[in-house]
Amino acid sequence: MATHLILQKIFKTGIVSEPQPAADLALRTHEQQLHAEILKVFGQALVIRHIDAGSCNGCELEIHALGGPYYNIEGIGVKFAASPRHADLLLVTGPVSRHLETALKRTFDATPEPKWVVAMGDCGCGAAGAMFGPNYATIGPVREVIPVDVEVPGCPPTPTAILQGILAAVSGK
Amino acid sequence: MGHRLGDIELILTPQADGAIWRFALDTERLPSFARGIQDEGGQLLALWGSDDRHLGAGYAVHVAFLSSVGLVWTSSALPADNPSYPDLAAIFPQADRMQRATFDLLGIRAEDAVDSRKWLRHNAWPENTYPLRRDFAAEPTRQLDAYPFIRVEGDGVHEIPVGPIHAGTIEPGHFRFSIIGDRILKLEERFGYTHKGTEKRFEGLDLATGAKLAGRVSGDSHSAFAWAYCLAVETATASAVPERAVWLRALFLEIERVANHLGDLGYLGNDAALTFGFVQFWRLREDWLRMSAKLFGHRYLFDCIVPGGVAVDISEPGKAELNALADRIEAEVHELKAIYDEHAGLQDRFANAGIVKPALAARLGLTGLAGRASSQAWDARAQFPQAPYDQLDVNMGTHRRGDVLARAEVRFVEIFESLRLIREILGRLPAGVLYAPPTRMDAACEGMGWVEGWRGPVLVALRIGADGCLDRVHPHDPSWQNWPLLEVGTLGNIVPDFPLINKSFNLSYSGQDL
Repeated sequence: MATHLILQKIFKTGIVSEPQPAADLALRTHEQQLHAEILKVFGQALVIRHIDAGSCNGCELEIHALGGPYYNIEGIGVKFAASPRHADLLLVTGPVSRHLETALKRTFDATPEPKWVVAMGDCGCGAAGAMFGPNYATIGPVREVIPVDVEVPGCPPTPTAILQGILAAVSGK
Repeated sequence: MGHRLGDIELILTPQADGAIWRFALDTERLPSFARGIQDEGGQLLALWGSDDRHLGAGYAVHVAFLSSVGLVWTSSALPADNPSYPDLAAIFPQADRMQRATFDLLGIRAEDAVDSRKWLRHNAWPENTYPLRRDFAAEPTRQLDAYPFIRVEGDGVHEIPVGPIHAGTIEPGHFRFSIIGDRILKLEERFGYTHKGTEKRFEGLDLATGAKLAGRVSGDSHSAFAWAYCLAVETATASAVPERAVWLRALFLEIERVANHLGDLGYLGNDAALTFGFVQFWRLREDWLRMSAKLFGHRYLFDCIVPGGVAVDISEPGKAELNALADRIEAEVHELKAIYDEHAGLQDRFANAGIVKPALAARLGLTGLAGRASSQAWDARAQFPQAPYDQLDVNMGTHRRGDVLARAEVRFVEIFESLRLIREILGRLPAGVLYAPPTRMDAACEGMGWVEGWRGPVLVALRIGADGCLDRVHPHDPSWQNWPLLEVGTLGNIVPDFPLINKSFNLSYSGQDL
């Protein structure tokens, strides 16, 4: 019986979730205009829309990993949404390819205010050593196309670093 | 060495352990040669072009065929003005998108091809300009992309356009569903959104930086691409690689395979509403990734494979740790497989969804993992083993159902086989150095690397210039030939099963968008 085996496995596995990391405020690109009001609106819950603007899919591996049980992001109120219209924060990967420039801008416009943008990955942040940068097909870092609040470099950044960046974007401290 | 393929007696030049053969072929003989390959049960793996005008020639079209003797790489010279070659898509349908991309990037046309629509070009460069030509200097156009989709018309038929921005954390691409009720009448894909000009970016890079870029053609297949690239460099420069490095490369490739299969099996459970499966498999995957970070300094082993060898070693205690984790993961995956096998709801969703029958898979060139789930028994590690696989005796996993269930089954089989290989590699790892610098050549040289990645065969063909820098690099991901099979495999299925079917293939967008 599958149910019996499932329950046995769940019991044996126990809870593996780890405590959340602290926000890394050093990742902020500028002093954010965060109002107490905004924090009140969002409280502890945050809805993220991920946008792949041209990545090699390495960054996506770590966003997926973030959804696994060790990081338990839903447990701290962070949820990924299917539509930008439901999102508070856009998590953008990739060097922005020219073929996705319009889609990225439209997704940004479709996201209601107030909103944050976290760019991640060396290419998305235009970090030194990024393997993809401006050329005939690529614009470059996300900030060249839409305003960015926090940049999380790395190739790819670890799930913990991504979480620290997300928390840096939304924490008022 | 003489071989007969089609109507041509070949004198083949062996490369890389005799698994790859190089052959210069007159353009007009390409179709008969391709038919000969097909008649003996072979396939077309890749087609690409090159601008050779700076070498005093015109252009060239290159094809990699999979045949009974291994991989045959043909190169056909084309004139500098109005370069074209006979269409191969009528023989091997998988050539269609590769031919269209070759035109978009180089202006080399496949004559009399049925489909001559653009493929990779949207609006980043204007029509009649070609980014991979040496004299390319066009500015991006500012028009919106227009693409003529094939319309299905009739009573009650309607379209669902999806993407490029998808509803989940996946890569961008456009799917145009024509449906009646819930049934899919037609699915048409439109890709190229993540086109980054990867091939242009390779031009002029030094060999070490080229390896880093190759590993990022499709991040989830980092080790496969980096290894194929390094093999190409080492073949071109006739460089020997230390034995320990060769074995460590195989270790990295098998670690990558296990990581990806664990992730996919979790998502397959998730897409069939068994969240338990997702949580369990992704716990194991995270353990696996953390072990890689601990032992080799990177969760996905990025930049561990370098031209001439590898950049990291494994210690004796490291071997013991990895062995112990492999044992635990194997035991846990057996437990989870028992649950997947027993779970009626899951089996109901997996079985008979997204069927690609063996005959169709053979006709359209389905390859790699998805191919093996449809009786296409090709695995370079088993049939044309290059070191160290020639000493490892890889057992190929195959299935003949061709549905989501079969693709899940092959993943299970391959996880167990890769864990066995990992233990064997760790047990037999030769001692010695990790790196020997590639030989510096005085003249331009060419080479190809072929690696069976977790998704399927990964190829990298390259030319190094007389200055020692990269002149032309073409990386090929198996997603090229498998994406069209997703279109066919979803026909007659219901729209809600599409995410599940799509995940069962798990193809790369970045790898084919380049």
